[in-house]
Amino acid sequence: MEQNSDTERNQIRDICADHIDQQAPLLPILHAIQSRLGYVPDIAIGEVADALNQTHAEIFGVLTFYHDFRRQPPGRHQLKVCRAEACQAVGGRAVWSAAASAADNGSGVDVEAVYCLGNCACAPSIQLDGHTIGRVTPDRVSNIVTGANQTRAPS
Amino acid sequence: MKYFIPKDSAAVSIGAEQVADALTVAAPDAEIVRTGSRGLYWLEPLVEIEHDGRRIGFGPIETDEVSGLVETILGGKPESHPKYVGRIEQLLRDQGQQRLTFARCGVIEPIDFDAFMAHGGTAGLRTALDQSGQTTIDAVKESGLRGRGGAGFPAGIKWQTVHDTPGAEKFVVCNADEGDSGTFADRMLMEGDPFTLLEGMAIAGVATGATRGYIYLRSEYPDAFQTLNEAINIARRHNLLGSNILGSGKSFDVEIRLGAGAYICGEETSMLESLEGKRGLVRFKPPLPAIQGFQSKPTVINNVITLSSVPTILAHSAATYHSLGINKSRGTLTLQLSGNVARPGLYEIPFGATLEHVINELGGGSASGRPVRTAQVGGPLGAYVPASHFDTPIGYEELGERNAMVGHGGVVVFDDTVNMAEQARFAMEFCDLESCGKCTPCRVGSVRAQEVIDQIVAGHDIEANADLLRELMELMAQGSLCAHGGMAPAPVLSALNHFSEDFGVREPAEIN
Ligand SMILES: Cc1cc2nc3c(=O)[nH]c(=O)nc-3n(C[C@H](O)[C@H](O)[C@H](O)COP(=O)(O)O)c2cc1C
Ligand code: SF4
Ligand code: FES
Repeated sequence: MEQNSDTERNQIRDICADHIDQQAPLLPILHAIQSRLGYVPDIAIGEVADALNQTHAEIFGVLTFYHDFRRQPPGRHQLKVCRAEACQAVGGRAVWSAAASAADNGSGVDVEAVYCLGNCACAPSIQLDGHTIGRVTPDRVSNIVTGANQTRAPS
Repeated sequence: MKYFIPKDSAAVSIGAEQVADALTVAAPDAEIVRTGSRGLYWLEPLVEIEHDGRRIGFGPIETDEVSGLVETILGGKPESHPKYVGRIEQLLRDQGQQRLTFARCGVIEPIDFDAFMAHGGTAGLRTALDQSGQTTIDAVKESGLRGRGGAGFPAGIKWQTVHDTPGAEKFVVCNADEGDSGTFADRMLMEGDPFTLLEGMAIAGVATGATRGYIYLRSEYPDAFQTLNEAINIARRHNLLGSNILGSGKSFDVEIRLGAGAYICGEETSMLESLEGKRGLVRFKPPLPAIQGFQSKPTVINNVITLSSVPTILAHSAATYHSLGINKSRGTLTLQLSGNVARPGLYEIPFGATLEHVINELGGGSASGRPVRTAQVGGPLGAYVPASHFDTPIGYEELGERNAMVGHGGVVVFDDTVNMAEQARFAMEFCDLESCGKCTPCRVGSVRAQEVIDQIVAGHDIEANADLLRELMELMAQGSLCAHGGMAPAPVLSALNHFSEDFGVREPAEIN
């Protein structure tokens, strides 16, 4: 565990060093940390604050403002389910319920509500690990959650 | 034989990738071009071929229909296929579409620079480089182009302010946050014809004296991110971007910044805060971003579609663009039709068509076959327009008179199974969830409104609570700093006023 957090710390320092010459690099740094580690661990707050010469409170404030940033390690799959109007108009509420209840059964799939995936003309829409899937039904989304649970995470 | 299949993420979301795979098996010698989408989503996955020099389409094609399709095509009788839709250009024309901004989208391979050039690419930028910035700005003004991101502010006037504000460093920021539900034009364009956006940004830079551009892209669009990144690299190699654009000696370059899942960061000042690495709290105006924007420097902020419409305006003429549309709404609107509608998709049509025409003629009415009850026009902050008002022409002022708005051009259709009290409550949930928190009417009002709607729906003091809800909406509309809290009452009030029966309210209030 100790060692683990030391490697994480080094990775975070590398990421900060890579971005330091950009204008206003905080968001790109947080994105890079999350894409490398899967989440933004607490130790990142101090590291990034030091690198950017900002306060811990500033970094914490930004980290918690944006829905995208996770502060805990993620499940094996990320499922975003659209709950917005164009999807609602064609059964999106039932798709959300199905996803949420399938995920409740300890599936290892993180189910998250989003408000429009820009896939409205092929609604209802979900996004699994960055891949958008359209015209889903409640059954299909349940199967996806259960099925994703059985397959290994891609790399 | 040359086949065209979209790589657009929405087409892929319903099987375009599998269709393309099946085609490589069924027609191993065929050339397959992966394009953007034509926006005819009810026909996706759409397969097109080149036949007698014309593009002919078939759709929607299921994977197991591919080998039969290939056989029919090779048999020389494409029109005999049950999924034959004929010439796509003709179909678009029959719908009254005028593809100006989306001229290349769905036609060419998105990051094929030669194809971009062969279809008129860079003509607008060349014009801009051959004339003064002021002449370009005058043309944008003359075209009547207004912001397509939501507020509808005249683009030329904004550019003029940036042009006239002295500054050693100026910026162009493209708003690609596309947070409005029911909208996908930005995504389609960025995935389907990214060079056009880059060209539009370069024109804005050349005209106003800005040398750096940022695209603030929502993180929900990973495919657009990848396509744009590739396009930027290719554009640099061809001097569409860089330190010597098209050999002019002028420089302009673009960088993408990813958002992080905050709707409010689509609001321009919140976006600037976010770009600067801060929480996306809305700024007070003044100062205008055009005068003090990114890093307090003069900054053009425009939506993807606004910027992408400029190349065609300069390449043809401002007068041609202005000749389309009605009153103060000129040119084409890239209308996005979705929800419970038979033919959802992107319709680039001149301003002025009625909602009736768009929803029932073009869209074919509801997908469910049930009566259409309402459409939400202009995104999640737009009003629910009842079917009895579908005679309203689509224009900024015309919709405004019905308390609706053009917004980013989204029209979401609902059939008669919709529960409008549920929709009203959702509008407040969304307002609450995405409030930046800076002002009380929005942050607290949206929470209170949900409670009040719950009371009404539960049948408690219905009339008194309905009055309270109206009062609260008035307060939010008047007292909010930005349009997030200021416009969120529109869907609630339109639902309450036009569909009071869904709330159990007896007396419909004054209806407008
Ligand atoms: C809550 C809120 C969200 C907004 N979201 C977007 C958006 O996602 N995309 C966009 O282009 N404009 C959005 N806008 C409008 C922008 O503030 C701004 O008017 C626009 O980017 C200016 O560009 P335009 O003149 O080309 O439309 C939003 C405004 C508000 C109040
Ligand atoms: S209206 Fe809402 S989103 Fe806008 S500034 Fe106020 S709190 Fe922030
Ligand atoms: S509303 Fe669900 S994808 Fe747009």
